[in-house]
Amino acid sequence: MKQLMKGNEAVVHGALVGGATHFFGYPITPASEIAHAAADFFPRTGRHFLQAESEVAAINMIYGAAGAGARTMTASSGPGVSLMAEGLSYIAGAELPCVIVDVQRAGPGLGNIWPEQSDYNMVVKGGGHGNYHNAVYAPNSAQEMCDMTARAFDIADRYRVTVFILSDAYIGQMMEPVEIPDSVHHAPTKPWALGATPETRDNLITSIHMSTADQAAHNWKLKAKYDQMEAEITDWEEVFTDDAETLFVAFGITARICLTAVQRLRARGVRAGLLRPRTLFPFPRTRIAELVEQGPVREIAVVELNDGMMADDVQLAAPSLRVHRLNWLGGQVPTAEQVLDMAAQKAGQR
Amino acid sequence: MIKHKKPDAFYDTFERKGAGQQTTHYCPGCGHGTVHKMIAEAIDEFGVRDRTIFCSPVGCSVFAYYYFDTGNIQCAHGRAPAVATGMRRVHDDAVIISYQGDGDLAGIGTAEIIHAANRGENITVFFVNNAIYGMTGGQMAPTTLIGQHTLTTPTGRSAAIDGNPIGMCELISALSAPVYVERVSLGDGNRVLKARRAVRKALKNQIDGVGFSFVEILSPCPINWKLTPMDARKWLIENLEPAFPVKSFRDTGTPGAVATARATREPSRPIPDDELVKLLGSQSEIETIDRVTGLPEQRVKIAGFGGQGVLSAGILLANCAISEGLHATWLPSYGPEMRGGTANASVIVSEESIGSPLVDEPTTLIALNGPSIDAFEGSVVPGGLIVANSSLIDRGPARGDIRYCMIPASKIAQDIGFQGAANVVLLAAYAAIAGFPAIDILRRVIPHALKKKDLVDLNLQMVDAAVAFVAEHPVAAPSTAPQPIR
Amino acid sequence: MASAPSNTNVRNFVRIDSCLCKGCKVCVETCPKHCLVIGSKMNQLGYQYARFEKETCTACGLCFYSCPEPGAITVYRNEPADREDV
Ligand SMILES: Cc1ncc(C[n+]2csc(CCOP(=O)(O)OP(=O)(O)O)c2C)c(N)n1
Ligand code: SF4
Ligand code: SF4
Ligand code: SF4
Ligand SMILES: [Mg+2]
Repeated sequence: MKQLMKGNEAVVHGALVGGATHFFGYPITPASEIAHAAADFFPRTGRHFLQAESEVAAINMIYGAAGAGARTMTASSGPGVSLMAEGLSYIAGAELPCVIVDVQRAGPGLGNIWPEQSDYNMVVKGGGHGNYHNAVYAPNSAQEMCDMTARAFDIADRYRVTVFILSDAYIGQMMEPVEIPDSVHHAPTKPWALGATPETRDNLITSIHMSTADQAAHNWKLKAKYDQMEAEITDWEEVFTDDAETLFVAFGITARICLTAVQRLRARGVRAGLLRPRTLFPFPRTRIAELVEQGPVREIAVVELNDGMMADDVQLAAPSLRVHRLNWLGGQVPTAEQVLDMAAQKAGQR
Repeated sequence: MIKHKKPDAFYDTFERKGAGQQTTHYCPGCGHGTVHKMIAEAIDEFGVRDRTIFCSPVGCSVFAYYYFDTGNIQCAHGRAPAVATGMRRVHDDAVIISYQGDGDLAGIGTAEIIHAANRGENITVFFVNNAIYGMTGGQMAPTTLIGQHTLTTPTGRSAAIDGNPIGMCELISALSAPVYVERVSLGDGNRVLKARRAVRKALKNQIDGVGFSFVEILSPCPINWKLTPMDARKWLIENLEPAFPVKSFRDTGTPGAVATARATREPSRPIPDDELVKLLGSQSEIETIDRVTGLPEQRVKIAGFGGQGVLSAGILLANCAISEGLHATWLPSYGPEMRGGTANASVIVSEESIGSPLVDEPTTLIALNGPSIDAFEGSVVPGGLIVANSSLIDRGPARGDIRYCMIPASKIAQDIGFQGAANVVLLAAYAAIAGFPAIDILRRVIPHALKKKDLVDLNLQMVDAAVAFVAEHPVAAPSTAPQPIR
Repeated sequence: MASAPSNTNVRNFVRIDSCLCKGCKVCVETCPKHCLVIGSKMNQLGYQYARFEKETCTACGLCFYSCPEPGAITVYRNEPADREDV
């Protein structure tokens, strides 16, 4: 039975079936409904919700709870995620698993509460200091907000990384029918965690490696982990790519708009297709390269609510083509027609 | 017999340290080692080594995990109280120690310590106040004394520039939740013994579940004070103690003492999986009836003043769509606009999965007020429909290529007895004209969608009235041929 | 109040592990019975380490608690007077 709910509410449903037990939050529009639903559901289901004094505290509570072995999460938007940068770096260094939802709004600074995808670089490239990555999922519907959050906890535990759900104000605020999965996931046993038991007494959670050799070895180990993630969990969706000459690449809300745009182009007899990365890290760069090298793709249009952040990654994957950047900023979200207009304009500029 | 020896809560050899695996990394005469020893001894005494988790800070004691044979977690600068809070929520029976310096606790981590204390977290905090940033080579700390020379106050700390030294015990004891707040000193042997008693009590409190305990230890940093270890102790007594009174600020943890503000938190365990699945799956009782297909995609814009039920009408429509086994999206305008200004909701209903949820060219506009019809009338697709609240709109149709249903929704709703349901009148009129949602489905969904159950009957009357109105006032076909939009 | 044993067959003493002492002198200055001194020899770490000298030790533990090093000082009480491994 499907239920109509906001993407933000779907996150909490996904988290609960994903086995989350600890939510540490701090309110911010347009992510607050996640904290509201967590404050309702977590205590009612024997789990923990705590409103932290800041995002700095929230991410450090996560550091503690994850270090203690729990499946733990928070949700925020750009200004809050900025504050979490330090904690995210420590979590990566100490290899702790956790899930963070970023419901993006427009920035920089306080910006406004309308959708942008301008946290792409911060979240996909790491966000804090040092050499690390987060796994990043990009849902484009309320159903994916639920499903990806549920899955995120397994991924986080499998690789001992932070998994981001990189959403936006529209995907978070939009209501859609959602089918709640009916099997509940659980954390695996974590022999490395601090269990307050004799067996785990010798465990140490730290991001310190005092010798350059140790730090180097640790960082290369992290790198190997990220490479393994690329081989194992890179995820994307393709629509009409078999014979597409014009390839749209977009994630999240803009992928929904591009889908409509592509359908309209097809109706007009244009061979257009869409590649929608479902993971932004790892990024489906190999697949993009394949489509360009082996397929009929002649031009690529990357549609984003930022100034071309993902377009940089697409361009790297497809160096032989000039990637068109179709960008909207400030919380302005294009209609499918506006996307088509700009695509035509950019194509004409060649 | 052995009267005092290295506590068992210390590792035999400090393997994590690397070179010099028997001694600490602290400078000769540093107070940190003395505090460590008291804590280790208390852990031994209470027999809690296996369940102790030691949160080390950033500062000279960053490597406390070299020494304590307990669970260890190294925290970001100043954040240990938040980390301890996270752990506390996971392990009810762990003994959690937050060990912090003055830069860590009274500078960068002020927010975290205040709020952990204010929540009355059942943890123990040891605050080593040496009036200096030891680890980074001797810069001013929040507790540095007026006139004290440091690398960043080369001419002495000035109250005018840097403010006065912070008394953390004074601050913490201004909160109601902490049960034990005491400042002690390592100035001489007897003071050390007093400090030892405070350390034991603070740990015992946690083990007994009494609540948040905070011990501030005035501690020498001979190296950065540029004094010999013994002169440093003398300086501590003569200078630090007058600025930071050594005393008990709060001790409500002892038996018979006044009850504290701390409310105990019940341990909780997740409910069984099947109960969870049932809870999450059964929130909506609306059943799905698969409908005969053939419905063209409906792109509906509902617009009006905030408070007219614009968003809820959209939700009702989307719920009807689910009930008919269709795809649906509902996208609100939200934020500041909701507070008194205009509001609109975009609803798309389709047999196919839906791409863009934006409704830029509605097939139907439901306008609850004048500004809404002015704003969106031009965007309706040729051949489309406008259902408008003529009670609040004092003009007629502006276009010839679309259909109009001008219905006095507010008046109808008012006559039935609930003016706030004009949105339902308009929605039902749309349903009666468009054939979607089916009126019987709308009637069935309304009771589930309404939060206030006593309004169900009134709302069903709205539906009947709207259906009757549409039957009496059939909507005319467009008067002119479709024209390009805008 | 702790005091030195009156029984001459037993005695209190403090053992200072010369390898673990950092020569800070805190124990020396803290001992109310003046049992400890800083010797002239240097240990491997380059510190002139403390030594137990006088037999008036009451095993009060003040030196133990004041010493910043975890394992430098061990305090014994009522040990056989002829014990030699000190
Ligand atoms: C975010 C951050 N800022 C600055 C530092 C550098 N830093 C390391 S220790 C320290 C001060 C420590 O002083 P205190 O907490 O008093 O501990 P002490 O060494 O005196 O025991 C600073 C500023 C850091 N590690 N992290
Ligand atoms: S710098 Fe100061 S606080 Fe740090 S180890 Fe040396 S004496 Fe101790
Ligand atoms: S135990 Fe007491 S008396 Fe004996 S050496 Fe130590 S401080 Fe002196
Ligand atoms: S206090 Fe400890 S380290 Fe300092 S001199 Fe005495 S035994 Fe050595
Ligand atoms: Mg300090």
